[in-house]
Parts: sequence; structure tokens; C-alpha cells
Amino acid sequence: MPYLELKSVSKGYGVNGSRSEVLRDINFTVEKGEFVAIVGYSGAGKTTLISLIAGLLRPDTGTATLNDLEITAPGPDRGIVFQNYSLLPWLTVFENILLAVDQVFPNYSPEKKRQHAEQFIAMVNLTPAREKRPSELSGGMKQRVSVARALAMDPQILLLDEPLSALDALTRATLQDEISRIWSESRKTVVLITNDVDEGIYLADRIIPLSAGPGATLGPSFTVDIPRPRDRKELNHEPRFKRLRREVMEWLIASNKKKAVTLTKNLVLPDIMPEDLSVPRQLGGRTKPIRRSEIKAEVVEMN
Amino acid sequence: MKSFKLDWLILPLIGIALVVLAWQVSSKTWAKELPTPKKTWDASKDYVMKPFEKRGEMDQGILRFTWYSLILVAKGYALALLVGTPVGFFLGLSKAFTKTFDPIIQVLRPVSPLAWLPLGLVLFLGAGKQASELGALFTIAICSMWPTVLNTAVGVRAVPQDYLNVAKVLKLSRWKTLTKVLIPATLPYMFTGFRLSLGIAWLVIVAAEMLTGRPGVGGFLWQEYNALVYEHIILCIITIGVVGFVLDRLMSLVESRFKTA
Ligand SMILES: Nc1ncnc2c1ncn2[C@@H]1O[C@H](COP(=O)(O)OP(=O)(O)OP(=O)(O)O)[C@@H](O)[C@H]1O
Ligand SMILES: [Mg+2]
Repeated sequence: MPYLELKSVSKGYGVNGSRSEVLRDINFTVEKGEFVAIVGYSGAGKTTLISLIAGLLRPDTGTATLNDLEITAPGPDRGIVFQNYSLLPWLTVFENILLAVDQVFPNYSPEKKRQHAEQFIAMVNLTPAREKRPSELSGGMKQRVSVARALAMDPQILLLDEPLSALDALTRATLQDEISRIWSESRKTVVLITNDVDEGIYLADRIIPLSAGPGATLGPSFTVDIPRPRDRKELNHEPRFKRLRREVMEWLIASNKKKAVTLTKNLVLPDIMPEDLSVPRQLGGRTKPIRRSEIKAEVVEMN
Repeated sequence: MKSFKLDWLILPLIGIALVVLAWQVSSKTWAKELPTPKKTWDASKDYVMKPFEKRGEMDQGILRFTWYSLILVAKGYALALLVGTPVGFFLGLSKAFTKTFDPIIQVLRPVSPLAWLPLGLVLFLGAGKQASELGALFTIAICSMWPTVLNTAVGVRAVPQDYLNVAKVLKLSRWKTLTKVLIPATLPYMFTGFRLSLGIAWLVIVAAEMLTGRPGVGGFLWQEYNALVYEHIILCIITIGVVGFVLDRLMSLVESRFKTA
């Protein structure tokens, strides 16, 4: 029995007319202790997907289950690192983390809560910034606070939504190693969302591409059969790494091409067309038939 | 350095001089009843130079009058915040509450203090000697609470979804969500409301005192109008303006502290 399972999940935003389907037919399982990476285009619906797992959104169809229980609401058993950090700006680093600790371990003594929070601040090397507010931190530091907050909750599963995307390459590499180390120490189940295929392969046991939206769906899952600990420098020469990267990239590119390309073309036609019967006669309460030339633009599907 | 002084000292002084000149000219030409600046000063000297003296119930130093007015405003304003802030929170949090009460708020909001005051007096008719104070408080509170109500409601609606998501993931209780997330996130908006409310409260006090005849700047103004001492009307107007300006500045200071936080 898989630990986390999404079964034919779909999700869209908006109502009726303006409704657009973001995710379609998502099937996805994660075993306990597994590290799974999902890569996809910007705007494909990665945050939407992780919000479904977190319980911040409910699927329109299909089911999401954790430990065989349907996910209906968010909870501290799923630690989430939000794409935009989501730190509370009026609290210091310490207070942000303490708020989480306070909530998850209400039975701890105040002293123990403080120690627990400090332990995780130290883990992400932010002890000197303990009393700073988020506005005084760099993007990478905020990212680390967010990671520390999620870990301090000691969740069963860690959901990381592009946790490193805002960082420069150097910091990014350092924090990747950090995540790798944390994972090998705690063996938590991790779902990592990323837009960087290399990052996904470097960190995860499995990497799954998400096709381009709208109506994005998950591709096949590629097992990363590169033994750990993985060495960043050697990885680049590793044939399995190169092959994986090529396969995932090709799948992503193909998924983007397969999509019907639509373009909007302007219609400049003289008003000599016969009445178009496929156009509703009484749009917006008027009785005069609509002529094609009155339509300023139309969407045409190209193949 | 020189232009700096020009900006904040010379130019405002020129502005004041021009207005005083226009005043002087007016009192000599088309408004013969209007006391000249000189006459106004001569008649007001006592009140300004001995600002805390008490010669009689309605004959006191101008700052003493101001003090009475400020106390009354403070009471009414406190009442407005006490009622207005929670109402604003309910409006911001609940669509049903908004739909129920928004129309009535929009209708009551533009009603002038002069219209509320008689109702206030009627409401507290049974209170005997206290009636005029309670009526004035009621009027100040009900007129000045709307900016607080509306700004708080806007602030609550503008709380970023991210912060609410944090509250949801941490499963914060309703009370904790309110105190740890909603109130801190709304504070800047609330203080904008508080500042605007204070401005209105100060406007209302004058009307309230004029009608109830309570000692204070407004009451003094009305009494001196009836006593045909027009110089003192001008003294009162200037005092009211300066005090209102200072109050607004003080509130802006408080407000900006919460903006940056
Ligand atoms: N609350 C919302 N209401 C309406 N549309 C939304 C909402 N949130 C997301 N969308 C739409 O859903 C699609 C997917 O958004 P999502 O945030 O999941 O993308 P993403 O893959 O996380 O992108 P990125 O890599 O840029 O973070 C986008 O087209 C976006 O416009
Ligand atoms: Mg996203």
C-alpha cells in the first residue's frame, strides 16, 4: 500500500464559462521514506499539485490519500515549504519557528520549546539571525527559515515547493546538499517540486515530469538509480545521469509540443457573408443576428 | 541649507502673511463686521497669554477650554474604536455579515453630526444632568467610527492568502489565528482608520459643544458669537485648526511605525 496516493485527480480554477482545468488525471504514489521530485514548466500547476497534497485545495475529481486516509484539510503532519517562504513578517526568525513548535508540541515545557526551535535554527545555520525579522533577511535566508520551520514540526512528509528557485547557483548547491543531508539523517518522505531537472536527479529517488499546462498531467516516473551519497562533480560525467536528464527533458519538450497550438487571428472581412447559423442569434438580449464580421477575433486551433 | 530653510520656514510664513493681508483687507472693505487681525489679537491676548486661567464657567484660558474638549473627544473616540474595530473585523471576515450590515452602514455614514446630536440628547434624556455629555459622546462615537470600521474591514480582506495558509497548515485555533495572524496583518490598515477617525472626532466635538453649551473650544465659540464678541470666534477657529493639525501629525507618527513593521 503506497503511503501517499493521488488517484485520477483533476483540478481547475474559475467557474463555468471562464473555468480552466489546470491539472488533469493525476496519478501518483509515494512510498514511505521516499524522495520524489516533480519537474515541470512554470505555470504548469506544480504549486496547485502540492497544495492538493497539503490539503490547502481539494481535488475536483479523484482522491488524494495519505496513509489510506483521505486528505481533507491541511495539518502539521505535512510540513510544507511554500514557494514564497510565507514567513510572518511581524515575527522574528525565532518567533516564526516557535509559533510552529508551540502548535505541534503543546505539551513541551517553554524551555524545551525554545531549545527545539533553536536546534532547527542552528541546523540551517541561522543562529546569528535569530532575532531578525524576515524583511531583514536575504531570499536564501528566508528560504532556510521556511525549511527550518517545516522540519521543526517533525512532519511525516515534507512538501517542498521550489524551495531553492529564488537562489543563486552557489547558495542553491549548498542548500541542495543541506536538503540531501537532512533527508539522509531523518529519512522523511519528501516531495520536491522543482523547475530544474538536474536538481531533481541529484536529490531524488524518483523524478516525475509534469507536462505543460493547461490540463497538465504527470509523465512516467524515472527511477534515479545512482547510488548515494552522490557527488555533484562526478555526477556530470555519470552516464546514467546524462541519460536520465536527456529522457526527462525530451519528455517535457514533447509534452509541450503535443499540445494543440492555438492562435488568435483577427478577422477583417467585408460584411458580405451570409448569416452564420452556428452563432447564437440572441446573444445578450439582442434579436439581430450576429454577423461574422462583428466578431473581432476568434481562436483557431492549429495542428 | 539656504533653500532648506526657505522650504519649511520662509514659504509658509509668506503664505500666512498673505492670508492675514487678505483678512485685513476684507475687514476694511466688504466685511465691516469682521474684526481686523490687530483687534482680534488685542481681544484674545488674555486668553492666549494666560491659557490656563479660570475666570468663570464660560470665561477661561484657551488651552483650558481645549483641554476640556480633548477629554470629551478622547472618551468618544475610545468608544468609537472599541465598537468600530470589532465591527470592522466581522465585516472583513464574514460575507454574510457584510451583506447584512453594509447597506445600513453606507446610509448612516454620511449623516452629519448636527443630525445625530439631537437624537443623542433624546436617547439619554433620562440621564438628567449627564444627558448632554452622554449625547455628545454618542455623537462623537457614531460619527467617527466609520473610517475605523471600513479600514479594518478592508485590511482584514487584504490579509495575504499566504499568511492564512500558514495558519491553516499549523492548524492554529480561531483565537490564535486572530491574534497571531489577522490582527498583526491588519494593524497598518487599522491605524489608518484610527487616524481618520480622530480627525472626524475632533470635527464633531465642536458641533457637539456648540449645541450642548458645554465648556470647551466649541462651546466658547458659540457663546461668544451670541455675545457678539467676534474676535473670539477667530481665536477659536485658529485653536481648533492647530489642535486638529497636531493630533493628525501625532497619529501619523504612530501610524508610520506600524507601516514599516
Ligand atoms: N487561485 C487561482 N485562481 C485562478 N487561477 C489560478 C490560481 N492559482 C493558480 N492559477 C492558475 O493555475 C495555473 C497553475 O498555477 P501554479 O501556481 O500551480 O503553477 P506553478 O507550476 O506552480 O508555476 P511556477 O513554477 O511559476 O510556480 C496557472 O496558469 C495559474 O494562472
Ligand atoms: Mg509554483
